[in-house]
Amino acid sequence: MDISAFVLFWAAIFTSNILLTNFLGMCSYLSVSRELESALGLGTAVIFVLTVTAALNWVVYHYLLVPFGIVYLQFIVFIIVIAAFVQFLELLIERYAPALYYTLGIFLPLITVNCAIFGVSLFMIIRDYNFLQSVAFGAGSGIGWLLAILMLAGIRRKLKEKLVPIGLRGAGISLIITGIMALGFVGFSGIVQIQ
Amino acid sequence: MMLQRIVTDILLMSGIGVVLAFIMVIAQRWLSNYGEVNLNINSKRDMKVTGGNSLLATLSDSQIFIPSACGGRGSCGACKCKVIDGGGPLLPTERPLLTKAEQADSIRLACQVKVKSDINIQIPEDIFNIRRFNTVIEEIVDYTYDIKGIVFKLQNGETIDFKAGQYVQLETVPYAKVKQKVVRAYSISSKPELNDRIQLIIRLVPEGICTTWVHKFLKVGDKVSFTGPYGDFYLRDTDADILFVAGGSGKAPIKSMLEHLQEVGTKRKMTYFFGARTTKDLYLTDEFRVFEKHFDDFSYVPVLSHASPEENWDGKTGFVMPYFKDAIRDPKNTEAYLCGSPGMISAVTKSLIEYGLSEEKIYYDSFG
Repeated sequence: MDISAFVLFWAAIFTSNILLTNFLGMCSYLSVSRELESALGLGTAVIFVLTVTAALNWVVYHYLLVPFGIVYLQFIVFIIVIAAFVQFLELLIERYAPALYYTLGIFLPLITVNCAIFGVSLFMIIRDYNFLQSVAFGAGSGIGWLLAILMLAGIRRKLKEKLVPIGLRGAGISLIITGIMALGFVGFSGIVQIQ
Repeated sequence: MMLQRIVTDILLMSGIGVVLAFIMVIAQRWLSNYGEVNLNINSKRDMKVTGGNSLLATLSDSQIFIPSACGGRGSCGACKCKVIDGGGPLLPTERPLLTKAEQADSIRLACQVKVKSDINIQIPEDIFNIRRFNTVIEEIVDYTYDIKGIVFKLQNGETIDFKAGQYVQLETVPYAKVKQKVVRAYSISSKPELNDRIQLIIRLVPEGICTTWVHKFLKVGDKVSFTGPYGDFYLRDTDADILFVAGGSGKAPIKSMLEHLQEVGTKRKMTYFFGARTTKDLYLTDEFRVFEKHFDDFSYVPVLSHASPEENWDGKTGFVMPYFKDAIRDPKNTEAYLCGSPGMISAVTKSLIEYGLSEEKIYYDSFG
């Protein structure tokens, strides 16, 4: 891929938003979008974890899996690398930065099983990104995810005062809203294509 | 060649796993070691626990089970408990599940609160109290031909904290041809003040798995376990007059209540109607006559439904309901405590409502 890391970064936020075009990371997106504040905390944690795990998994892939010819094990290896990193990060933050822990750290366990994190690691391999591109793609995807969850949280805050049909309350209406937002993001897609 | 490939791949994979696991173990050791902290519950019990885990996990390690439906992921909100201090600030993961009033009252989700320093919590007394007790049978008395009183002595210096009228669930062990274990509820008949042992009054039910076991197989010195205490059938602390209505082994919770009142003292007007078939079914009569002397205003009224002429019964006969009239001074200021079969409970409740008692003040424990 001869696309510059800078372009990739912006593309990951807008034209190929990991949540709105690939619908990855939906579980925590739906469950933590009830309040703006917690959505912001979770989103920030996702940015950080996405950027670092993309870098980590890139290194693991190119310096461990490829040389030893065990590329077919990438799914399992990526997952345990992500899980171990998130756990480690949580312990570290909890111990040395309690203030940060209370705003960001508590979301970390939720992220271990976030498909967006795993998805980014897989995309960077499938699309054959180099290290810089992978990090830019990870960071951009994280910011894109934060953007999406913040928008949904904002809309859901307004929605609290509105009468939603009983059958659609909660996840139902959130998914419809997400669909409409995704349609909106299609508008960006003419700018740059990365997939 | 193929085999070698498989073996190296497995080794590599395990190697990656082992390295990561090793890093995690080291990290756990160094980073999440908060040492021993003090956990205080309801300002009563102090426990030394190892810090670093969630409050929910720490409590369940200590055999205190706060209900939790989602398993500690912070999505069901069932594990609410009051953290007085030492719980850190309210987390964004808890806020959506707590009302404003709960937040102001320092209610927290036990699965989100981490135990890192000395912590002071409050949980509902019943959750705190429900535990499994190991006991040894200390005494078995025959009250009638089919009712026994059995005293269970708690082991290891444990004590049980219950309200007069509550019940426990006795666990049977397989005996004779019965292979399965069953659990049956029995009201505690001893007073709460006596907290290192309890007495249960158990009537033999033909073909009953648990009662047969108790009547025919249990001996003094046997080891038996029960859980408890449970139930909202307990003596309310008011000044209202009391009507007790209970026959057979239903006398158990009433005995506990009266013994408790004897300890704490009371001026309440109380009447106990004990319904039975014949004089053979009467028991503990002398003990209850002693209560009559002890209390200012208590009367014990056995009523026999099937007394034969040979028995020379000079007391009341028939159903208990017609005799309520004389015992009720002011229906609006009278509480009723009923214990017995569902049929008896519904008949007595109906009659009491006709006499003018309000339904909320009729408490009952039905042998379901």
